[in-house]
This record gives sequence, structure tokens and C-alpha cells, in this order.
Amino acid sequence: MQISVNGEVEQIEPQSLENYLFNKSLLGRRIAVERNGDIVPKSQFSDVILEDGDVLEIVHAIGGG
Amino acid sequence: MTDTIQVGSYTLKSRLLVGTGKYCDLDETGRAIEASGADVVTMAVRRTNLGQHPNEPNLLDVISPDRYTLLPNTAGCHTADDAVRTCRLARELLDGHNLVKLEVISKSRTLYPDVVETLSAARTLVDDGFEVMVYTSDDPLIAIELEAIGCVAVMPLGAPIGSGLGLQNPYNIREILEQLKVPVIVDAGVGTASDATVAMELGCEGVLMNTAIAEAKDPVKMARAMRLAIESGRLAYEAGRMPRKRYADASSPETGLIG
Repeated sequence: MQISVNGEVEQIEPQSLENYLFNKSLLGRRIAVERNGDIVPKSQFSDVILEDGDVLEIVHAIGGG
Repeated sequence: MTDTIQVGSYTLKSRLLVGTGKYCDLDETGRAIEASGADVVTMAVRRTNLGQHPNEPNLLDVISPDRYTLLPNTAGCHTADDAVRTCRLARELLDGHNLVKLEVISKSRTLYPDVVETLSAARTLVDDGFEVMVYTSDDPLIAIELEAIGCVAVMPLGAPIGSGLGLQNPYNIREILEQLKVPVIVDAGVGTASDATVAMELGCEGVLMNTAIAEAKDPVKMARAMRLAIESGRLAYEAGRMPRKRYADASSPETGLIG
């Protein structure tokens, strides 16, 4: 199936959001995730099963004024 | 000093608020922020680089949320919707921390605030439980409206972002100060220490700056200069300056002279 992550299209096998983040070495890091316009709380990463067409935004903090 | 500033539910010890952009590295960022004495430190929210540099140092490792009051901004957002989404991501990123710096910027070379989108985003964010410190133009009517919406601080620009031109609009800033009850903090435009002092002498509750420190030749030294400038300006404001006179008025007694 196909999802969009930070504006890039990706082909992935069906899996949980937690598993996806683990494979990207992002689990446990200071990030926040938006899925199809809604915030996914960290506590729900394992409950969310990614679906075809999902649009994810994964963000972190950087320097800014 | 026991002087504090109350912004919404936050009691701040420093009237200098600083950004974390434009530094050469995180080490310099940390040292400059430390020298500034600021407790409110702004940050931006950006897409994470996927699968690259898993051990890359993180801003939050240097600017610890335990030590500083982090102020996520919405820099780069040109619409109210994007600004609101960014604030919600920031709240999740910082474990429920609800203080945000709202800025909705035009795409023009002035980076002037888009007040129409700013007003719209401010309403949504306040309704959603955020404590909103809002970057805006120096228009007193817009400032009054932002306060009425429920923003916890109104932050008019002193000059365009990153310009370092100093306060171009003391009359408008003064007018906003006289009209508002929430803290008025000059955000953007300061170039050097005396600019910050001018803002504080006008009666502003604080000054937020980034480029003036980060792009100084010695950012750590400039951070300290700004800390002292803010304190000086505040003390001068509280002390109340002498009236201006058109002619000289001798400081030494004019009686008892010899000869």
C-alpha cells in the first residue's frame, strides 16, 4: 500500500504506526505525528494501523526565532 | 532582582525572550541562551529527516524543557490553518505544553504579519486551550482585538524580522502600551543593545529577539549585552526619566562662587 510521509510517497506493508516509526529509528525520539490532519498522541502509536492513502507529518523541534 | 513578568499562567524571571535560530551550531546556541539569562526560548517545528542521522543532536537536548520555558513558533506559516496545525503538533511534541508564539507571515519581502490570518488563528487557538503570545503589526486596533480574543501577550514588531533597524515606531508601540492590559513585548527589529533599552524605556514588558544576538560577531557577548540592556531599560522606565528642557540647567550651585 501507499502512504505519504512528510510530502514523500512511500510503499509499505500494512503495519502499526509504532512499527513504522521503529523501522525509521524514530521511536522514542522527541517527535510529534499528525495523521490525516489529526494529532496522534504518543500513547496511541501502537493502536494506529496505517491504511492505504494515509498522509503523515512527522515533526521535531529546531532552532527558530 | 525579584522583578517578574506574568504571561498568562507563566511567571517569567527575565524580560528578555530569545530565539534559537541562525546560530552556527547547537553549542553556540546553548552558550548564548545561557548568557542571555532568558527563561523563555523560542523554537520552530519542522519535518523530521526520515532515516538519516539517527544520532543527530536535538535542540531539546541543549535547550531542556525542564530548565527553559519553550515557546514554539509558527514561523513559516502563511495561513491560519497551517499555524493552528503547527501549534497542535508543538503541544504534542512538548507533552501538553500550551504556550505558543503565533505568527502568520505574509509572503512579501517585509515578512510583515498577515493580521487577517493571525486574528483567525488566534481565535481557534484560544478556543482550543492554548495560551497565545501573538506576533503582530504595530496597529493599535489589531492589538486591542488580539487582547479581546484572549491572547496572553501581544508582540508588535519594532521593525521587520531580522532587519536590525531598531524601533521604527515608538509612537505606535506607546499607543499599544496605553491601550492594553496584557503584556506588550516588542518582537523583531532590535539590532543592538540600545534598541532593546529604547523598547524597555517606553514601558514594554519585554523584548523578544533572535538575529541581533545570533548574527553578532560574538553572539555570547551580545547576549550578555542584551541582558544588561533590558535590565537597564526597565530600571530607567521604573525610575522615571527627567523632563526634557530646551536650555541648559547647571548641575553645580550658581551661588558661593569665588572672586
